[in-house]
Amino acid sequence: MKARGYLPILMLALVLAGVEQLTSWTSTVYFLTQMTMTTYYALLVIGLCLVMGYAGQISLGHAGFFAIGGYTSAVLTTFDLTPLLARGNGAVSLLSAAGLLVSRDNLYGETLLSVNPWLACVTAIILTIVIAFFIGIPVLKLKGHYLAMATLGFGIIIYRVALATEIFGEADGISDVPGFPLLPGVIVSGDFSNRVQNYYIACVLLLIGFALLQNLIDSRVGRALRAIHGSEEAANAMGVDTARYKLYTFVLSAVYAAIAGIFLTHYNGGIGPSEAGIMKSVRYVAIVAIGGMANLWGALVMAGLLNFLSLRGMFGSYDDAVFGVILIVIMLFAPQGLLRLQLWHLFKKSPRDS
Amino acid sequence: MTLLDIKDVNKHFGGLLAVSQVSFAVRRGMIKSVIGPNGAGKTTLFNLIAGNLPLGSGRIFFDDRPIHGLQPFQIARRGISRTFQNIKLFPGMTALENVMVGRHTRSRAGFLGGLFHFPATRREEEAIREKSFALLQLLDISQHADAEAASLSFGQQRAVEFARALASEPTLLLLDEPAAGLNIYETAEIARLITKIRDQGITVLLVEHDMSLVMDISDEIVVLSFGQKIAEDIPSAIQQNREVIQIYLGEADA
Repeated sequence: MKARGYLPILMLALVLAGVEQLTSWTSTVYFLTQMTMTTYYALLVIGLCLVMGYAGQISLGHAGFFAIGGYTSAVLTTFDLTPLLARGNGAVSLLSAAGLLVSRDNLYGETLLSVNPWLACVTAIILTIVIAFFIGIPVLKLKGHYLAMATLGFGIIIYRVALATEIFGEADGISDVPGFPLLPGVIVSGDFSNRVQNYYIACVLLLIGFALLQNLIDSRVGRALRAIHGSEEAANAMGVDTARYKLYTFVLSAVYAAIAGIFLTHYNGGIGPSEAGIMKSVRYVAIVAIGGMANLWGALVMAGLLNFLSLRGMFGSYDDAVFGVILIVIMLFAPQGLLRLQLWHLFKKSPRDS
Repeated sequence: MTLLDIKDVNKHFGGLLAVSQVSFAVRRGMIKSVIGPNGAGKTTLFNLIAGNLPLGSGRIFFDDRPIHGLQPFQIARRGISRTFQNIKLFPGMTALENVMVGRHTRSRAGFLGGLFHFPATRREEEAIREKSFALLQLLDISQHADAEAASLSFGQQRAVEFARALASEPTLLLLDEPAAGLNIYETAEIARLITKIRDQGITVLLVEHDMSLVMDISDEIVVLSFGQKIAEDIPSAIQQNREVIQIYLGEADA
């Protein structure tokens, strides 16, 4: 059971490392920038895949959770606390005394005192959990179209808040977000000197996230989720607290989205309102759909492929339209996704023959 | 000793009184059947007991504790398991996985255990798998353990649903028309199976159309008509009951 589960992940790790080697041999290391971004988006997509494919609940608000993570971390690590400290604000003094504030020079040579990225990261995740709970409790009572509309509404709210709030930089977003030192010498940032390292940071994060989700699916909880997807009534009759399971899954995937947002924001050095946009959420849903819904690998492969092409500008100004078309075509012609062609089933004896 | 006690239960849908002032008790270790013509309120009564419908009024006690007002999953955790009239297996999951879901109330691993697969989680998972496979063997369908549930024949699906219901080791098993859609041989098989389940100490309450099945295996029978209980007795007495005969055969003789 275990070996079968982890072997493909090990192979994926080798492929990811091979890709990096390939860019190094072919002098196309600049590809790694988009690949790193793609990898973070893939983290969000596999989290959404859990909610959509396995628990059978749609969310058109995941860009919102991505933005909550990214913006929270961005604000906390860029907001200058020097004046507050000077005025003797209790909370700020406490943080300062606890060594949770860092000072650095910004682009204009001014010295900023802001929150340590670790604290910002943890705060962003906790905030996401709280918001996901409060949104999830009422919203997950809905099904089908209604759930889609409610989560869409949530996404729109987050987008408009990001666009209209001064502290979030309004239409400009937040820039000059510092790097995120994970370990001594390991920093999530967009410096060219750190490009290869950052690609590997993103890959390791994705692999861990993927392995955890695969574990979850292959467990009592995962079975309960798939049961809910199959028949909510029967799952409930078997003792599964369906409402709670749906909620926890929703929160977990929101955390995946938030972590993707936090890391990508530090990597890009900023975040803008387009990351919270509805079309981003639609894109994620389209990717999960084309990957085959209840197919973590499909979602991963499609997230890697499509996001990379999109970030390289292959779809030109039709970027969002491409994802809209993908969604329509998949729903019409291949609701099981493109990667659901399980070829080995052709060779396996059908149980009915026995 | 009373296991399930149904007291003055009412349920109406709009102006239609689906279940009206129904009371009866199910004693531990018996097979009790609820029969009645179409629309008599049998399935509604069932859904009231299992928590799928809210009670209009009345009370239901299981093991001397009230269960009315609880959610289905809470009722399942108390030890009541059920099957559905139109088999509700989980499509896209194998027969074995379906039964493994039935072990839900008897296992504990949560989200953290699921994410990190602790040693204890893995041991529990293995136990779930073994127990579930044993149930498939008991029902003679273990050769289909890895087949997708939806690909099985109707009779096999019914057997998987039985195994799933038994997997929680229930005290009370609710069977909603277990013989529906089965031929006489399969029905005889189901009868044998239900008796076997009862002999293992599990109390059975079943709703059924098939008279031969009900008369053969029931210890007691409740007859419903238009939502009301019109008789409750042992099978031989029910067969002699004038009112019951009238309901089933029509009021031909004056």
